[in-house]
Amino acid sequence: MGVPLYRDDAIVLRTQKLGEADRIVTLLTRRHGRVRAVAKGVRRTGSKFGARVEPFMHVDLQLHTSAVESGSGLDIVTQAETLAPYGETIAADYGRYTAGTAVLETAERLTAEEREPSLRLFLLTVGALRSLADGEHVPTLALDAFILRALAISGYEPVLDSCARCDQPGAHRAFVVAAGGVVCAEHRPPGAPIVATETLRLMSALMSGDWPSADAAEPKTQREASGVIAAYLQWHLERGLRSLRLVERS
Amino acid sequence: MYEGPVQDLIDELGRLPGVGPKSAQRIAFHLLAADPADVRRLVTALTEVKDKVRFCTICGNVAEEEQCRVCRDPRRDLAVICVVEEPKDVVAIERTREFRGRYHVLGGAISPIEGVGPDDLRIRELMTRLADGTVTELILATDPNLEGEATATYIARLVKEMDLKVTRLASGLPVGGDLEYADEVTLGRAFEGRRAYS
Repeated sequence: MGVPLYRDDAIVLRTQKLGEADRIVTLLTRRHGRVRAVAKGVRRTGSKFGARVEPFMHVDLQLHTSAVESGSGLDIVTQAETLAPYGETIAADYGRYTAGTAVLETAERLTAEEREPSLRLFLLTVGALRSLADGEHVPTLALDAFILRALAISGYEPVLDSCARCDQPGAHRAFVVAAGGVVCAEHRPPGAPIVATETLRLMSALMSGDWPSADAAEPKTQREASGVIAAYLQWHLERGLRSLRLVERS
Repeated sequence: MYEGPVQDLIDELGRLPGVGPKSAQRIAFHLLAADPADVRRLVTALTEVKDKVRFCTICGNVAEEEQCRVCRDPRRDLAVICVVEEPKDVVAIERTREFRGRYHVLGGAISPIEGVGPDDLRIRELMTRLADGTVTELILATDPNLEGEATATYIARLVKEMDLKVTRLASGLPVGGDLEYADEVTLGRAFEGRRAYS
């Protein structure tokens, strides 16, 4: 039987207190998907790696899997090295912090099964946190781009350039979350909201990574896009994101 | 499963933080075997903590009267407020005997992922205390973790326009430790906050 140790790099998604001085950390790893592990003693001020297993941190970890046999299903963090300390710069700006937390919660919720690898979502999350930490874009725009692309990876890419019901191409403006995107006049259910053309253009730009266009969008357009994207995400997650209502929007 | 009252006790104990089913069972059987006078003392302590202890109307710390011991003490410096997350942080700072000002207990830290926002904490009460201009220094002593940092950032931004000295507790190397074992975040902070030998 091999040594029950493995190494992987991960983003820390969430931490919860456990017992006197431990924490349960939820990790999005590069090769093992979402993993929950115990980080022992990290709440003590003298902890060797307490600061490394904080949310937003990109860390290189060594984990021990023996806990699986004991029935708790939790691995144990035995070593941690920092690859990128995104947490420091993100927590120093409240807008970035709230948007970043929503990124982490989205990533956690879109990985329904533990230990199911999702390399694309991992890379997307690292990219979003790097962008937030560097302050490249308005935090809410970075969040919206992350949500749209994470949904696309999960198979829920919204249809923006043709009718989601009949595939008829065109600039339709009625966005129906249940249909999975915009719909033509014929398939528009009564009361379906009409979205501004600029908003749909912004959403396309966020999907394709056309940042010059996205950054130039009017605040009003950004707000409308955020609303549509949030509604679309909540529909697919079935249960709302706690952090989304607390995201600071300028 | 045990007979009614024993199982009820195990279930109730199991709801306490850090107490799993095995520990709950062990504590329950310990209580069952314990001297009745000891158990009665525990019952009295539990009842009294709920009946007598309340939260200080000024700072939010636990108190036996309307105001806590620190807020009632006339020797405390009214010009300095130290902001902490929990009442147990007040005890930790009081043990240092370094601080002579008063406290403000927030009741937690901003944690959007847990659904805790600024409105769920006693931040509005803090702003009311700062409004009359008596306070000249605000010490942000929230935990040195991510949520604590974000909470400190939020409060610092709120009071930015006020004529107030805002400080944050220093982070750095633990006394008695070896430099080589410090993680890079802590060591980085220690460098940032280094002081000149006078």
